[in-house]
Amino acid sequence: MSARGGRPRDVVAAVVDPELRVVTIDELGILRDVVEDPATGRVTVTITPTYTGCPAMDVIRADIRDALAAAGHPDAEVVTVYAPAWSTDWISESGRAKLAAAGIAPPGPAARDGRPVPLTLTVRCPHCGATDTEQVSRFGSTACKALWRCRACREPFDHLRAL
Amino acid sequence: MRTTVDHLLALGDDALVAAQRLGEWVAAAPELEEDIALANIALDQLGAARMLLTYAGELEGAGRDEDALAYLRDDREFRNCLLVELPNGDFAVTMAKLLFLAAYQLPLYTALSGCADERLAAIAGKARKEVAYHLDHARLWTLRLGDGTAESHRRMQSAVDEIWPYTHELFQPDPTAPVDPAGLRAEFLAIVEPVLAEATLTRPADGWAPEGGRRGLHTEHLSYLLAEMQVLHRAHPGARW
Repeated sequence: MSARGGRPRDVVAAVVDPELRVVTIDELGILRDVVEDPATGRVTVTITPTYTGCPAMDVIRADIRDALAAAGHPDAEVVTVYAPAWSTDWISESGRAKLAAAGIAPPGPAARDGRPVPLTLTVRCPHCGATDTEQVSRFGSTACKALWRCRACREPFDHLRAL
Repeated sequence: MRTTVDHLLALGDDALVAAQRLGEWVAAAPELEEDIALANIALDQLGAARMLLTYAGELEGAGRDEDALAYLRDDREFRNCLLVELPNGDFAVTMAKLLFLAAYQLPLYTALSGCADERLAAIAGKARKEVAYHLDHARLWTLRLGDGTAESHRRMQSAVDEIWPYTHELFQPDPTAPVDPAGLRAEFLAIVEPVLAEATLTRPADGWAPEGGRRGLHTEHLSYLLAEMQVLHRAHPGARW
């Protein structure tokens, strides 16, 4: 343990997602593991991407290394794994609450085992709480979001698509 | 079945070339939302291509990484199917291409996600979830255009007729592949035929079946696509941001 910083797990868990800046990579479920070698002090961090083409991965890796270095763990390796595939079901309750508070409607339950994407019947407006909402575009400003609109308060909002 | 470099290149090149074609719609799609949708689908395909080409390079063991494989091969070394390299045409042609590609990739990735090669299974398991959205998107547009106005119906039927012959190549038998594509055509038809019927479109008869992509024999369209995709990397070898 470093004199300057906390335990590697706590340091990495606090890294904020570069595109959804209200939640941490831990809350988003993309942080899979943090292991510190007691002999060498080397920290190995395992992460998994939300989407295969997620362009934020390079920034996330750099942010993890920077955070660890600042906390006194300069020897860090970030490993990326693809199985099991990330699911929106892994987003924590606190993560969902923070997303909603930031105007991003959290996802419903994800499809299982290649079955069709479940029809989302209602997505609650994160601004006014109404359920009278409609999808404007199933693809939004990032790979993981769809664009919705509230018919009650007329505000547009992002919805994290179930995956 | 053992995974070979050629199998991975076929999968990776399909995804890479599809991504490049879809990317051509950026700032040119019929509406802003569609612009974003096609860019997102392209990004998914690119993500899968990067993982597959990285794996292909490591398996080959000749020191080629994803960039070397994407940017420094010539057309004859690409193993993608002809369907993905065909020009975008009008929006209906793009949607026909996407519908057929997704209806092939979904059962393919689903089968691969259970194959013995753990690394390939992991990639396929991830890509499968994304392709389900691509299929849904292409399906909705096919319904909208096919069952829309007389003009949109005419164009969608024309697009389906034009692209259909190129779907046969997707299911060329390859008993050495981790998943033999020949076994996927029934699932492909089970996805596509109801969509065409609901869209009031006629399912084209099977006949002419152009092929050659898996052996490196491509249409001239691929060369132009590669020229645009590769020019920057080749003009500035080793350049970094």
